[in-house]
Amino acid sequence: MTDFIDIWSYLSQGPLLWLTATLAAYALADLAFVASGRRPYVNPVLIAVAMLSLLLWATDTAYATYFEGAQFVHFLLGPATVSLALPLADNLGRLRKVWLPVLLALLAGSVTAAGSAIVIGQVLGLGPDVLASLAPKSATAPVAIGISQELGGSPTLTAVLVLLTGITGAIVATPLLNLLGIRDWRARGFAVGLSSHGIGTARAFQVHPTAGAFAGLGMALNAVATALIAPLVLSLFLQP
Amino acid sequence: MIHAILLILACQLGGEVAVRGLGVSLPGPVVGMVTLVVLIKAFPRVEAVVRPVAKTILGNLSLLFVPAGVGIIGHLSTLGAQAGAILAAVVASTVLAMVIGALVFSGVARLTGSSTGPEEPGDD
Repeated sequence: MTDFIDIWSYLSQGPLLWLTATLAAYALADLAFVASGRRPYVNPVLIAVAMLSLLLWATDTAYATYFEGAQFVHFLLGPATVSLALPLADNLGRLRKVWLPVLLALLAGSVTAAGSAIVIGQVLGLGPDVLASLAPKSATAPVAIGISQELGGSPTLTAVLVLLTGITGAIVATPLLNLLGIRDWRARGFAVGLSSHGIGTARAFQVHPTAGAFAGLGMALNAVATALIAPLVLSLFLQP
Repeated sequence: MIHAILLILACQLGGEVAVRGLGVSLPGPVVGMVTLVVLIKAFPRVEAVVRPVAKTILGNLSLLFVPAGVGIIGHLSTLGAQAGAILAAVVASTVLAMVIGALVFSGVARLTGSSTGPEEPGDD
């Protein structure tokens, strides 16, 4: 009979174990999310990341070894970005009536998201690589990770910042927009999708269908806008 | 399903080729996304082919961030001291972007008369 240690040392070096672990951790975390009544702060990604990090630490496994297996999931970020064409095409018809508010809100919101993050980060003493990872964080994760890579940031840091951004947006959206007295569901949804991408969009759909549709539009348009705006804003503030 | 995957990957590949070829600093998949929107609008059949696969991928979007997210453990030692500053920048910029986006949208909608009239926002 083969020793458990032998089986472990065989499996822990191949992609199968870590791919399975990634899916299992996410499935468990998603169960917790559903059980909580889909509370935005019980985020399945953060829970899965925490579980896997603990597992890697406990088994003394290098991230590179883990990524051998996880890369199959990671690869799908590109096709997922392309797939965002679907909700964008679905909602394009809604643009006809409100293209001017959408365009101006998109420009103002996208510049604010990247610009204020960079300014605040710089004032608080963050380095250029962290600022490059911060700049695209309001865009949906696959796009933000791609932009961060182009800008010389850290894709892993950006992944976590994108999640924190989404969770922040989902938690503050309703009280904040009520405080501002904004009653137009299109404006509310668009702002939430623009600033806090998919997690915010999911939240907007829970509140109102019109808000959800405009959140999806905001998320998809800001994916394109951030790819264009974030590098410009970053180069403006990062004079060598 | 093969056709849908082929279409999505071909859009991404086309995007990567265009971005590298033209030397622009855009993620290739973003160009692929715009390409696919154009294709869907030009050929309605494309939408029917792509929809099931695209919906499946987008329905499980969160899962795809996990591998990159786990990479954070390698950064923890360098981030420790900066965590407060990073968190402040994330929270403040998200709130600001949401406020500006909502104010500009509702303000311009009111000015251009494309307002639908107020609907009561519930406090869910």
